[in-house]
Parts: sequence; C-alpha cells; structure tokens
Amino acid sequence: MRFTVNDQVFDIDVDPGASLLDLLRRLGFYGVKNGCDNGDCGACAVLVDARSVTSCDYPARAAEGKRIVTVEGLAPSGSLHPLQAAFLDTGAVQCGFCTPGMLISAVELLEHNPDPSESEVREALRGNLCRCTGYTKPVEAIQLAAARMREVDHD
Amino acid sequence: MTDQFNVVGQSERRVDGYALVTGKPVYAGDLDLPGMLHVAVLGSPHPHARIVDIDTSEAEELDGVAIVLTHQNTPATRYTTAGQGFPEPSPYDTRMFDTKVRFVGDRVAAVAAETIDIAREALSLIKVSYEPLHPVLSIDEALADRAPIIHDEDDASGIWDAEHNIAGAVEANVGDVDGALQTAYASVEFTGETQYAQHAPIEPHVSVAYLDDNGRLVLYTSTQVPFHVRRIMAQVLGIPVRQIRVIKPRIGGGFGVKQEVLIEDLVGLVTLRTGRPSRLELTRAEEFYASRTRHPMRVTVRLGAGADGMLQAIDMQALENTGAYGAHNLTVVSNTGSKTLPLYNKAPNVRFSGRGIYTNLPVGGAYRGYGATQGYFPLEVAMDMLAEQLGMDAVELRRKNHIRVGETSPIFEELGEGRKGVPQTLGSSSLDQCINIGAERIGWADKRGKRHREGPWVHGVGMSIHMQGSGIPAIDMAAATIKLNDDGSINLLIGATDLGTGSDTVLGQIAAEVLGVGLSEVIVLSSDTDVTPFDTGAYASSTTYVSGNAVRRAAEAVKNQIFDVASAMLKTDPESLHLEDGRAIADDGRSVTLSEVALRSLYGADQFQIGATASFVGDVSPPPFLASFAEVRIDVETGKLEIVNYVAAADCGTAINPRLAEGQVEGAIANGIGYALMEEMRFDKYGRMRNPDFGRYKIPASTDMPPLEVILVDSYEETGPMGAKSIAEIGINAPIPTLANAIYDAIGVRLTHPPFTSEKIWRALQNS
Repeated sequence: MRFTVNDQVFDIDVDPGASLLDLLRRLGFYGVKNGCDNGDCGACAVLVDARSVTSCDYPARAAEGKRIVTVEGLAPSGSLHPLQAAFLDTGAVQCGFCTPGMLISAVELLEHNPDPSESEVREALRGNLCRCTGYTKPVEAIQLAAARMREVDHD
Repeated sequence: MTDQFNVVGQSERRVDGYALVTGKPVYAGDLDLPGMLHVAVLGSPHPHARIVDIDTSEAEELDGVAIVLTHQNTPATRYTTAGQGFPEPSPYDTRMFDTKVRFVGDRVAAVAAETIDIAREALSLIKVSYEPLHPVLSIDEALADRAPIIHDEDDASGIWDAEHNIAGAVEANVGDVDGALQTAYASVEFTGETQYAQHAPIEPHVSVAYLDDNGRLVLYTSTQVPFHVRRIMAQVLGIPVRQIRVIKPRIGGGFGVKQEVLIEDLVGLVTLRTGRPSRLELTRAEEFYASRTRHPMRVTVRLGAGADGMLQAIDMQALENTGAYGAHNLTVVSNTGSKTLPLYNKAPNVRFSGRGIYTNLPVGGAYRGYGATQGYFPLEVAMDMLAEQLGMDAVELRRKNHIRVGETSPIFEELGEGRKGVPQTLGSSSLDQCINIGAERIGWADKRGKRHREGPWVHGVGMSIHMQGSGIPAIDMAAATIKLNDDGSINLLIGATDLGTGSDTVLGQIAAEVLGVGLSEVIVLSSDTDVTPFDTGAYASSTTYVSGNAVRRAAEAVKNQIFDVASAMLKTDPESLHLEDGRAIADDGRSVTLSEVALRSLYGADQFQIGATASFVGDVSPPPFLASFAEVRIDVETGKLEIVNYVAAADCGTAINPRLAEGQVEGAIANGIGYALMEEMRFDKYGRMRNPDFGRYKIPASTDMPPLEVILVDSYEETGPMGAKSIAEIGINAPIPTLANAIYDAIGVRLTHPPFTSEKIWRALQNS
C-alpha cells in the first residue's frame, strides 16, 4: 500500500488489523501518542488529506493513497510552526502528551478559520483531552498563533 | 519583590519545550528496542478470592511466549507499592503476585511475549481456579461485626488492625473539643462523602527495561519517584540497588498516580529472567481500576464559635476507603487534618481522627491534594453553615479566623504525615489580598444571597479558602549538582522529577539567577539514578521549595568557587565581585567571563572542576494559600448547573515562572471541577468498575471548562528559593466546597456527595 506521511512516500505491506496509529509509530512517527486506544482522548490525532482523525481507530488500510501529516511534519527540522512557538510562549505545554494532537486540531482549525473566537477554538479542541492545563493556555496559544499568522499574511 | 531578579519571575519557555512540541520520542513508551518483549497482566475477575491453583502450561506453550509469571515463580517479599521515603509509613501488605486476590483487577499472572497480541492471547490460556470469598465493598461493610478479613496473611507488617480491616489510624487532640462544642454560642456539623476518582493522566503507566552491557538492569519508566523505584525494585526483586538504574524521561502526567511502583517490578523481572528488553504499558481500563485512585472518604466536621464568630472548636473525623491495599492510607488521611486544620488557627480546641479502611475495591494512592481535598469539602461547607447561623458574611467569618503571618497552629506539631509534625510559624501569606481580589472579581457583595433569577435559572455564588504545604519537613531531601563548562555554560543535575509541571525549567531558572546567566546557559538533566544526585521525587508539593533550595545552595557554592578563581585572575578580593550577564565583575568595573574562569580552572593554574553538590531538607513546610470563588446558575426545572465564572487567587510566594505557576492552578482547578461535577468511578455489586474508559468516565474537555481567572498574588517566603513556595496541588481542593457553597446560595440545598450532577441537584430540588 502506498501513502505519504509528511511528504515522504511509503510503499509497504500493512497488517490488515493494524490501526493507523500502530502503523505510524512502527514507521517511527512517535509524536503520535496512544492515550486510550479508543478514539476518546485525541492524543493520536493526525491529518488525513487535511482532515484530523483519531488514528487509533482509523484502519491503516484506509490510508491508502492518502496524505498524512503528523506533528513531526508541521515544520522543517530545527524550526517551529507558529502554533508550536505559541504553545511554548504561552506556557500551553505541560506534560506535552496531548500537545501533538492539540496541534493537529489547531492546524485544521486555522486552515479554515484564520481568526477563530475563543469558543470556536474550544470547539476545535473538544476531542483533545488534556489533564494538565485546564485548556486556558492552549486556547490562548491558538489565538496567539492565529494572530501572528494573520500578521505574516498581511505583510 | 521579584523585580530584584533577572531570570526568576520571567515566564521563560520550557527547557524541554522544543522536544515536546515537535513530537520527539521522549517518553518511556517511545523507546522501541530490538528484541523487546511485550508484557500483559492477568487481573482477577473476583473482588475477593483465594487462588487454589494456576495452570500456565498452555500459555507457556503458545508460540512467541517467553515467560509466564505467577505467585508460583516470583519473590514472595511483602512490600508497599507506595513510593515514599524509607521506612515507608504504608503497610507492607502487597506481594508481587499473591495467593489471594483482593479486588477486581488484582494481579494474578503476567505474560511476556514477542508481541502484545500474543501476550494477551496467552493470558486467556492461563487456567486459574479460585475459591471466591465474600467481598467487602464499602467502609461500612468492612467495619461491620464479623466482616471478612481482607488481609489475613501472617507475613504482612505495619497494618494497624488487620482483624478489623483497619489499615492505619491517626489521632490528634488539642484542648477540650467536646466541652468547647457544648458551650459554644453557635455550632454546626456537616458530613461530606467524596467518591472514587482516578487521576487519568493522558499517558498511562509505561515502563521499558533492558540489561546494559555490564548486565545491570536499566529502566525507563513513567514515574514521579525514580530513587524510590530503584530502592523498592531492589527490595522486591532481591537484588542490590547498585544493579539497577532508573531513568525518568519525559512523562505524560502524574498527579500522584505515578508515585507508586506498579509495573516496574514486572518488566524488571522479565528482563532479568529472559535477558531481553521488555515493555509494559497499562491499557486505559487498567489505568482506571488497576493502578491507583483517590481515596474516597467520609469526613464529619463539627465547628463551634462564639457570637463574635471566633472559632472555639474544630472536630474532624475521617474514614478513608483505602481499597484492597494500604498504599498511602495513613499519610493521606493524616493530611486530611494536617493540611486543613491549621488554616483556622484561632480555634483553641482541635481534634482529628483518621482511619484507613480496607475494602475489596481499587486501591487508593497519592492524588494531587493528598487527603486535603477530602477534608476541605466538609470544613469549608461547615464554615458556610456557621456563617449562616451567626448571621455573618461567609467571607468575613473566614477573615476573622484564618492564620496570619507570625502566627502558628498547634496542629503543625501535633499532626504530620502518619506521625507528629514539626512546629512552624507562618512566614509568608497574601491570603487576605487573595480573598479581597477574589471577592471583588466575582462580585461577592452584589451577588451573595441575592438568588438572581433569569427564566428557569437561578444564580448563586460560593467561595472557599485553602492552604497546602511545600514538601514534607524533616523527611524529604533533595540534592543538586552544578558544574561549570569551558564555554561558561552550566550543567544542572537534579534528582527532581519533572512530571510536566516544568520543574526542570523552574530549577534551571533558580540556578541561572544565582549564577548571573540566562536560562539558555543552563543545561538541565534530571531524574537518572546513575547520574543525578538523590531526590525523594515529585510529590507533596516539594519540588520548587525543597529541590529549588538544593539548587540555590549548590549554585551559591559554585558562585563562591567562581569568585575564588576570578579574584585571582583580577587580583582583587572575592568580596568585591558579583555575577552578571555571564561575567564575574569587580567593584571597579573590571571583569572576566565565566568561560575565561572555567578555562583557567580546567587548563590554567591550580586546576579543579568548578562544581558543587548541595542538599536540602525543609525544617518547615511553608503553605501556599488560595481563595476560590465561583458564580453558578442552576436550571431549577432540570437541575442543570453551569459555572458562570470561576476566580482563583493564589499565593505561591515568588512565582519563579509565572506562566508555569498559573498553569498549575488552572490545571488543578480544572481537575477539581471534574471531581466536583463529573467524575466518579462506579462499581457493580461484584466490585467491577462499570465505566473504565473516557467515554463513560468523563474528564473535563475544553468545552466543559467555564471562564476561569487565575491570579497570582505574590508574597515572599524567606526560607524558599528567591521567596518561592509550592503551587501544584492546592487548586484541586477548591472546586468541591466552592461549588457546594454556590449551589446552596442558589437553591438552599446542601449537597453531601459529589459529583454534583444535574440529577443529584434535581433530586435535591424535588426533596426540598
């Protein structure tokens, strides 16, 4: 089966029962986290053709021909996506385990809505459980990143 | 106060932040080693049973199975899983695998195999014959006459009264409480019963073990207590401490549940027996019922006061359900009193009694708040009741009675963690300002008692105040090592354990501040028992205060060594020097860089390594304070509750990193709101957990959180590093009493059993 992860093409055999989460971690994309194995927590979120899905309950086989983006693919090595930078600047990262999934949800949100309200951000993060932050600073981070990205677009 | 600092008081980016936001493989579960075995655990289907026979032959024959572990082939040592200082104040009532199971999910066997699927298939081939025993599923059943004895083994130690299912007991008594209550102008009594709940870190427990080239056992594990893990592993497996290296990489949240040695023994033994790397990760369901929980408690508080509102007596009686094993039972229930009663130090008569009770339900453990959460609920509701009876404002009653700087409480000395505490006089507090700010932001004066209505909604406001501690005084020790490198950079080696709190960053900021460098000059390495000095670990709100003081001391020692070298280079007195911007600068303005100092000490004259190790044990445990206020509205037709606004004002002394400190309060309040309104582990009549997944055990999602305003109100704690105290735990104690009091303000009903669901509120409205 052929598919791309972060613009890298893979052509490999896939175990019929495997989830996309299993497959991605086997390929070395350890930024995709397993928090519940049940589609509840969102730590395993990735983009499949620009749409965020929970990879733990997404069959690996269904990714055939698809473009997948994980947290590792958000910015070139050594640099940060504006969302990643904003998460650090606002203190939105505590343990960091839910952060990759939150970033993926946020990327998808800002793609469609470059100036989201607080409630729109909260709605976008609804599927990403976080036990550390209470969501205050992640929401702030996403709005900060959105503002910074709008500024860059205007320049 | 903080304007005297350069690095401290700044919201620096986390030192581990880049790795975390780019998804680097930094957690124990990301370690994927060649030839690694995968371990799965067979849990008991019975709440209480003897294992008559186990037949593992079929499982062992399954292709791909490397080893099967049961009580028949593992060490029989009794120990406690509680990751506490030695000797632990928890009973030795646990075996790696026992001949008796005491809750649904208790360990029966484990399999290590080539894949996790094979390991799980092998579990289904293990034949276990049980003799079921009568289960004990509540505190009352456990204390009933002729109740089954849960710990009837003859080799346990440290159990208070096994025959009556009492794991631990603690008492403290000052003055004459009964007499004072009888003669008091006003008195109230309230009993609150808190529920089973689980920490729910998004990363479940995970450990990976392997043998290094010299045959030593190395563990990468999601723990809060790497040094306790090393000691307890050595004890359980019967191997010397020197044969074990424990490394805590990044971990995905702890909240207390990882202050426990729950899985490390299994991967350790598998790897020792097979010589192969092994990995064990709990499933989410196992994380819920087979790791650790918050101890449910039934706590009764009685208060007596004079007509002026001055408290005359406080009586607190706590019954704690410790579940099947006694991990942390004594210390948690001790803290129910010791972290709450000194807050109201005006009461001359104070009594506390706590008992930890065994049942055949999941095991209690350390959980953020550590008993104080369970005590503050009835204490702060009783304060509201007392205010009502006295016709006094609830805020005013607290102002009259709370502890202030320069004052003490006899409870500090009478009640420690499972033993006597230490006397202390309060050195810092901004609680009064916290209360004033919180009351103002919530609109207390305008809203309290007004029951504003809009359609079916009725509004109410509630509040509560809190203290915690900063480490366990005279017990918990932390050490730090600092050395200076050629380029003027600094290695900071700490045993302290960053759970995601940002303590690596905070401790780095303390070192940077003392040494006059930016945080980017500090290379922080923590939690590796081979490399970093000892630290008891991340619990009891200790790291900023206890480990931070060790870092400050080590940095001061290194600063003096830098001054010695620099003074020789500049031909001046060490006393004339100070450190700033990476330089040692003399009074006359001449200076040398730290790199020049390091190069001279390493290659020039009188060579030595500039470096020092320092330790710290607190003589006292300075409490942080918090004032919590909420406005709720309740739909009186359906019982639905919405938090309109939540305000928490907190005193953590100096906030070393304000954003990280705020984040601790925000996260703790969120967790506390979950506990107050949503979270409860539910059991069927066989003791099986009915909701072991996030679909049925709801923790707050982003859309569940109300507007939350957290305000840090500085004080300066002289004994703390740069004036700092702790902050991580205190916030979780607040939502239950704050919301219970707000609910009463809105609808006049005192709820006794969180979580305060719409259904409970609706029922209470029907009955009122």
